[in-house]
Amino acid sequence: MSLSHDDVKRIARLARIRVDDDEAAGYRDQLNGIFGLIEEMQAIDTRGVEPMAHARDVFQRLRADQPDQPDQTDRRDAFQAVAPQVEDGLYLVPKVIE
Amino acid sequence: MNHTLKRLSSLLAEGKASSVELCQDYLARIASLNPTLNAFVTTDPERTLAEARAADALRAEGKGGALAGVPVAHKDIFCAEGWRTTCGSRMLADFVSPYDAHVIERFKAAAMPCLGKTNMDEFAMGSSNETSFFGPVRNPWDTARVPGGSSGGSAACVAAGLAPAATGTDTGGSIRQPAALCGITGLKPTYGVVSRYGMIAFASSLDQAGPMARDAEDCALLMNVMAGFDPRDSTSLERDTEDYARDLDKPLTGLRVGLPREFFGAGLGAETAAAVEAAIGQLRKLGATTVDIGLPNSRLSVAAYYVLAPAEASSNLSRYDGVRYGYRAPEYTDLTDMYERTRAEGFGAEVKRRIMIGTYVLSHGYYDAYYLQAQKLRRLIARDFAEAFRQCDVILGPTAPTTAFRLGEKTADPVEMYLSDIYTIAVNLAGLPGMSLPCGFDGQGLPIGLQLIGDYFAEARMLNVAHQYQLATDWHARAPGLDAS
Repeated sequence: MSLSHDDVKRIARLARIRVDDDEAAGYRDQLNGIFGLIEEMQAIDTRGVEPMAHARDVFQRLRADQPDQPDQTDRRDAFQAVAPQVEDGLYLVPKVIE
Repeated sequence: MNHTLKRLSSLLAEGKASSVELCQDYLARIASLNPTLNAFVTTDPERTLAEARAADALRAEGKGGALAGVPVAHKDIFCAEGWRTTCGSRMLADFVSPYDAHVIERFKAAAMPCLGKTNMDEFAMGSSNETSFFGPVRNPWDTARVPGGSSGGSAACVAAGLAPAATGTDTGGSIRQPAALCGITGLKPTYGVVSRYGMIAFASSLDQAGPMARDAEDCALLMNVMAGFDPRDSTSLERDTEDYARDLDKPLTGLRVGLPREFFGAGLGAETAAAVEAAIGQLRKLGATTVDIGLPNSRLSVAAYYVLAPAEASSNLSRYDGVRYGYRAPEYTDLTDMYERTRAEGFGAEVKRRIMIGTYVLSHGYYDAYYLQAQKLRRLIARDFAEAFRQCDVILGPTAPTTAFRLGEKTADPVEMYLSDIYTIAVNLAGLPGMSLPCGFDGQGLPIGLQLIGDYFAEARMLNVAHQYQLATDWHARAPGLDAS
């Protein structure tokens, strides 16, 4: 397998990372090197092997769909203090619908 | 400044030092040596000393545990309220956390002041600490060399005596490899033993926090602080509280040490091999027997890891979109352009490479060939360990193939850098506990690390083996000759 220049541009677009043409050439070579390492996997016959999604097959606990700390005071201001742009408790983003 | 936590605890209990005095000493040493080492990203002396005063007051009332007032440093991956928490990234360079990670809560409850936040590879992706937005950390044993990564700042600050101990995280070797390269002792616990709440996510099925300290006994004391169930981490394990120091003094008579033949083959440096062999001899003298074992699928662990970890990372790091927190590009046209520029400018090259690998292996048409195949290999790797632990109590080998390499030596070729973790990655895939402890030095005076791998929840047994080894050797007690200028 070998990624082309256009593959790299497509992957970067899916990942929402802006990559210009010069950068794409560098990434293509590096990613192809890494996939060279990864391809070693393909030689192994894994028919009948159950995939392991998580260490020790632990599974995710579920909780009731309700606030677990209903008494906690409203911390919206504290959490929005780290946002790039907020106004009246809302996050500001560029206009999505014209 | 090479006191153990145990020693500092005694000094405080006997009234020979106050927490404020200890913190002032460490902060002075940080101020003197950090410009050279770059082990800390953030210090906040006023905040540290306020915590120290509170700890002293607690002790004056006869309250607080044995470690109350003993300071520690925290890897900058743990959210700590009021502290800048960067994860080594431009993306979070100005992020001041509004809440505490579970690990930070635990240290606060133990009244252990925070000396500062330690430098690390960006989002914990790296084996040399060279991917940090805040510049590389330098190895205290040779400042032209790397400290290892990703917990390189934590390893370097403990080795250099800038902190008596530090927290780290380990996704593919990020506690053990820097511990080896800096000559300290570090433990990655069984997956699920320490809560991931508030620990900035890289690869959630592999990430695990653990202690980095001068010796195994200190690691045991820190495990008693850090470990425990937390309902806010959905994979935190609900288990009875353990005393990780309970077995430290047990003799090693009858201990069966497994030696995986795959860890002693081509690629292992001669001096590292010799030091590990000598350690095996030492353990035999202490009553252990050895057994040859095989981990035939471990050679595929790096390949499987570089599918699974980037896949999980590409999902976890999708949260950095420039909307709710973190960096936002100054110029953009529309929402998509804002995302793309924010992520292009906010992430470094290694993080972008891994996000792109993860995006690709999860994309339509490639999932089975990569992600599913890697998960199947993960099963085979875990089965190898299960088979091995039928024949032995702990597995022993090198932590890293070589001692610390030079800054810049492996940055041009990501694959060569990835192979630094060839002996540590399989442990994360299986979810097992692993640790590294010093076992010698090479001809250039650089420390060599010995790796112990245990079965699930065998931390106390591993700490026992490491402690008995450290009672019989003094590799862990040596310190680099750094002149505070």
